[in-house]
Amino acid sequence: MEFFDFKVITGSLPEFWRGLWMTVQLTGLALLFGFFVAIPLAVMRLSPNRLVSAPVAAYTYFFRGTPMLVQLLLVYYGASQWEWMRAAWEAGHPLWSLFREPYFCALFAFGLNTCAYTVEILAGSMRNTPHGELEAAKAMGMTRLKALQRIVIPSALRRMIPSYSNEVILMLQGSAIASAVTLVDLTGAARNVYSRHFAPFESFVFVGLIYLALTFALVGLFKLAEHRWLAHLAPRKAEAGRQS
Amino acid sequence: MDALIEYSPSLLAGAWVTLKVALMSVLLALATGLIGAACKLSGFLPLRLWTMLYTTVMRGVPDLVMMLLVFYGGQLLLNAVIDYFGWDFIEIDPFVAGVLTIGLIFGAYFTETFRGAFLAVSAGQLEAGRAYGMSALQVFRRILFPQMLRFALPGIGNNWLVLLKSTAIVSMIGLSDMTRIADQAGRSTHQPFTFYLAVCVLYLAMTALSSYGLGVLTRRYSAGVRETRV
Repeated sequence: MEFFDFKVITGSLPEFWRGLWMTVQLTGLALLFGFFVAIPLAVMRLSPNRLVSAPVAAYTYFFRGTPMLVQLLLVYYGASQWEWMRAAWEAGHPLWSLFREPYFCALFAFGLNTCAYTVEILAGSMRNTPHGELEAAKAMGMTRLKALQRIVIPSALRRMIPSYSNEVILMLQGSAIASAVTLVDLTGAARNVYSRHFAPFESFVFVGLIYLALTFALVGLFKLAEHRWLAHLAPRKAEAGRQS
Repeated sequence: MDALIEYSPSLLAGAWVTLKVALMSVLLALATGLIGAACKLSGFLPLRLWTMLYTTVMRGVPDLVMMLLVFYGGQLLLNAVIDYFGWDFIEIDPFVAGVLTIGLIFGAYFTETFRGAFLAVSAGQLEAGRAYGMSALQVFRRILFPQMLRFALPGIGNNWLVLLKSTAIVSMIGLSDMTRIADQAGRSTHQPFTFYLAVCVLYLAMTALSSYGLGVLTRRYSAGVRETRV
């Protein structure tokens, strides 16, 4: 019995390539959405007004406390339960009809999920802003908004790079569940190739290696980002020559 | 709501399956993590390299891909073995495949947790133990392990919460956990939203309960350690 037949992989390369592109799109767009929406939400999360912070806290609690797979199924299959949603589909409503599309539903669920984690990461980083910086901003006569915009958010975004890199990698790997709603991402392509050739090792080991390579690439990119934006927090290098 | 009440026994049975998968996997992961940490800290280079490969691969490949590989690939291997010995056909159990995969994946995360925790125990304490004439095993049991556990608890707690949520993917290899039961119930009653939301609530209940339990454990293992307040 043949356990590893490379022809199975080479014969399905275009399919894997399309799957890779789908994985990259889903992960990239969800992260983009999550990142930019997380900034205002993190500010709200830290608001002293409970009416502002509590809804955001409830949102992050729900999305961080439940599996992303269930969230995805809730959005994609759950939408059809509502009478008004089905009526809007019949009428061809441009917005609600999106919830029939697995691609949109995956983006929606993934985006909200990564956004919830990013809100907490960013809010945690903002909480750790050194006191002196805030006092200095106040002494310069900045308003709360100005200080947020010029001091707190930029420095928090820098300091969150290490924990955010973790979230990005988890999002890439989490996107593997997209095949649960009929999307053919990398994992979906592997499942198709498996069922066509009954070749589990070839298909799953191959995409596993691609995911591994993507993870390494992300780790490398974030190393560069840390070097670029966190250089001022790195431990000081030993000086080469001693001063006399 | 009526449908939810009607299906609640099977949904709860599914919740029990989910919990069983999570508990069995975490036991496997803890054992694997302890062995992995020991290997990573050992002086034997091939062992360290092998463990490094294991933790890198397990953390770099999605859990679903790993699970499909174990489930379908495992069946193929099993078939080959059965053919060789001429046994009757044995089907690989999705429960076993799920526990094995999740346990081994989180074993890699626990390896890192335990490695850090072992290193955090001060060497002087171990030397003191030796100086009192304790054997290596006694030093491990009386000094190293209990203190290591205190450093490891936050990491163990985090990993457990992530592990609990990742059990949902076993529904994709056909195990009747609560996600799969909700899927079936949602289809037959045309109320998928209600049932998936119920699963969310059950997961939230499990995580809330775990957070409480972890808090109790943390206090227990931090006995005698003064808290620093800033």
